[in-house]
Amino acid sequence: MISSILFTLLLAIGVTLFTNKIREVVRNIQLGRELDLSDRSSERWATMARVALGQSKMGSRPVAAFFHVLIYVGFVIINIEVIEIIIDGVFGTHRILSFMGGVYTTLIASFEFLAIGVLSSCFVFLSRRNIIKLRRFHMREMTKWPKSDANIILITEILLMSAFLIMNACDYKLQLLGAEHYSHATGIVGAFPVSNILLPMLSGMSIDSLVVLERSCWWFHIIGILAFLNYVPYSKHFHILLAFPNTYYSKLTPKGEFTNMQSVTNEVKLMMDPMAVVPAVDPNAAPQRFGAKDVQDLTWKQLMDSYSCTECGRCTSACPANLTGKLLSPRKIMMDTRDRLEEVGKNMNEHGGTHDDGKSLLGNYITEEELWACTTCNACTEACPVNIDPLSIIIEMRRYLVMEQSSAPTELNGMFTKVENNGAPWQFSPTDRMNWANDVN
Amino acid sequence: MENFKVLTMAEMMANGEKPEVLFWVGCAGSFDDRAKKVTKAIAKILHATGMKFAVLGTEESCTGDPAKRAGNEFLFQMQAMNNIAILNGYEVTKIVTGCPHCFNTLKNEYPSLGGNYEVVHHSQLLQQLIDSGKLKVAGGPFKGQKIVFHDPCYLGRANNEYEAPRSVIQKLDIYLSEMKRSKANGLCCGAGGAQMFKEPEKGVKDINVERAEEALQLDPTIIAVGCPFCNTMMTDGVKNFNKEDKVQVKDIAELIAEAIDIK
Repeated sequence: MISSILFTLLLAIGVTLFTNKIREVVRNIQLGRELDLSDRSSERWATMARVALGQSKMGSRPVAAFFHVLIYVGFVIINIEVIEIIIDGVFGTHRILSFMGGVYTTLIASFEFLAIGVLSSCFVFLSRRNIIKLRRFHMREMTKWPKSDANIILITEILLMSAFLIMNACDYKLQLLGAEHYSHATGIVGAFPVSNILLPMLSGMSIDSLVVLERSCWWFHIIGILAFLNYVPYSKHFHILLAFPNTYYSKLTPKGEFTNMQSVTNEVKLMMDPMAVVPAVDPNAAPQRFGAKDVQDLTWKQLMDSYSCTECGRCTSACPANLTGKLLSPRKIMMDTRDRLEEVGKNMNEHGGTHDDGKSLLGNYITEEELWACTTCNACTEACPVNIDPLSIIIEMRRYLVMEQSSAPTELNGMFTKVENNGAPWQFSPTDRMNWANDVN
Repeated sequence: MENFKVLTMAEMMANGEKPEVLFWVGCAGSFDDRAKKVTKAIAKILHATGMKFAVLGTEESCTGDPAKRAGNEFLFQMQAMNNIAILNGYEVTKIVTGCPHCFNTLKNEYPSLGGNYEVVHHSQLLQQLIDSGKLKVAGGPFKGQKIVFHDPCYLGRANNEYEAPRSVIQKLDIYLSEMKRSKANGLCCGAGGAQMFKEPEKGVKDINVERAEEALQLDPTIIAVGCPFCNTMMTDGVKNFNKEDKVQVKDIAELIAEAIDIK
C-alpha cells in the first residue's frame, strides 16, 4: 500500500518534470522564425517512416548501424514491459498482463533477449568511444560534457538492463519457490531464458532476501527510467524522441536548392521596377534582420534540428573542410546552436522575455572562419541519419555577414563587384563572352 | 569537322526561328581557357547531332550562384531577375548548361522568381541524345582505358543525378573505376560555395589535393569531370602529385567529342 502510493507519487513527479521541460523546449523552438512546412504531408510521413522508424540512413556505417538497431529495437520493445511495471506499481499487482498467456510468455522471453542485445551494444559503443577511441568521438568540439553525456547514457542503459534481468531472475526464483504474491494459480508466468542463467547465483538465498533483491531491482529500474526520462531533454539522447518530428519536417526540395529570401525579392523587384506590386509590409513590425546573427534569426526547424542532434559526428567526418584540417565542423554548428538556444531559454526563465545578455550565436559561439570554410557540398546533410541541415544555418550566417555587416572575405567582395560590373565572377569584358565561338570547327 | 557558326538567340529570333534548346554556357565556359574547350566540345556535339541550339552570347550573365552561396542574396536575385527577363523575353523553354552550378541555380532557384524552364546538365542531354539514337558513340580512342568519374556536388548530391554521366562515359568502352567516396558519398573538389574565388581557410591540406590523391590511388589514365570548377581543382590536384603527364583531367563532353572524332 505505502509502496503503491510512493510509486504513484514518484511517477507523477517524474512525468510532471518531464512535461515541464518539454514545454520549455517547445517554447525555445518557437523562438525561431516562422516557416510553413504543412505541405506534402504524405511524403513527410513516408520520410519519417523510412528515415526515423526504418533508420535508412544509418546503414552507411554498418557496424554502428547493427548495434544501434539492437539498442533501438530493444529500447522500443522493452518499453512495452514498462507499461506492466507501472500498472503493477500503482496497484500492487504481480505481472498483471500475464492473463495473456502464451503471448505474454513469448513477450517476456523476447524482452530478455532484447535486453542482452542492448547490453552488448552498450559495451561495444562504450569501447568505441573510450578504448578504440574513434576519431569522430574525439574531435575539437567533443569537450568534457559531450563525452560524459555519451558515457552516462550508455552506463545508465547497462545498469537499467542489468536491474531488469536480475529482477526477472529473482521473480522467476520466487515463483519457483511458490512465494506469496509472486505465485500464480496458473503456474509459472513469463519465460526467462536469459535471467535463468543467473539462478545459480541466487541459490541459498531465503525468500525474504530474494524479495528484497527483486524489489530493489524493481525500484532501481523504474526510478532509473523516470530519471533517465528527465535526463533525455538535457542530453544528446533527445534524438530518440525528436528524430521523428525532425524527419517529418525534412527538407523535401533538392539539396542544392537554397531558399530565396522573400524580403530581398520585394526590394529587388521595386529596384528594377518602382511600380512593381509587392506584398505590403506591416509598418509596425520590427524590421527583420537579413540572415542570422543569433538563434532567434533561425527558423523553428533549424532550432529543432539542433535539439535533434545526437552528436554522432557523421556530418563532420564527411565534411571536406574538416577533413582537411579547417575549423569548420557541421556537428559543432548544431551543438553551438543548441547551447546558445538553451542559454537564451535560461535567460528568459531568469529575467523574463526580453533580456539581452549581449551575446550571440555568431561571435560568441561560431566564428567567421568556420563559416567561410564551407563548400556548400551537402556532404553533412547527406550523412545525417535524422536529416539535420547544418548547411542552411551556415548560409543564414553568411547572409548576415554579407548583407548586414559587409564583412565577407576581401576576395569574395571582389567577386561580388565583378559579378555586378561585368556579369561574371572574373574580370572580363561582357563583350568577350562569345569569343569562344570564333573558331568552333 | 568544318567550321560552323554558333547562333545567338537574337540571331535566331531575327531569322524567325526557335532553337530546340538554349545552351547556357556559363562564366567559366565563356572566359576560362580550359573550360572554353569544354564549351566548344558541347557545341560541336550539339551541331553534329543536328540539334538546333542557340546561346545568349553577350546577353548571358552570371546566374548569381557564387553570390548566393557566399551570402549575397541581393546580388543573386538581381542577377536572377535580369536573366529571367531575358530568358522569358526569348520564350526559352529548355536549357542545357555546361556547369552543374548554373544547372542547379536555373533549375531550382529561378522558378520561384518567375523563371520556369526545363533545365538539364550537359551529361543528361548527352544521355538523352545517346538514348534516342541521335548520338552514336562506340568505343573509340579510349577503349580499355581506366577512367575515374568525380561527381560534381551540384549535379550529384544536390540534384540526385549520378547515373547520366556514368552511362555516357560507359559508352566509351572503358573501365569505369569508382572511388570509395563516390555518388552520394562523393567528396567535394573544394571549389563550391564560392570557394573557387578565395583562398581556403587555414588547414592541413587543400581539399583538391585530398580528392586528387583519392582518384590517383586508382591509377586511372583519365579523371572525368562534369564541372568547370572541378576541372580546375582536379587538374591542380593532379599537378600537385606531378602526375599531369600520366593522368588527364577531362570533361565528359570532351571525351565524347573525341570519341566521335569531332575534336
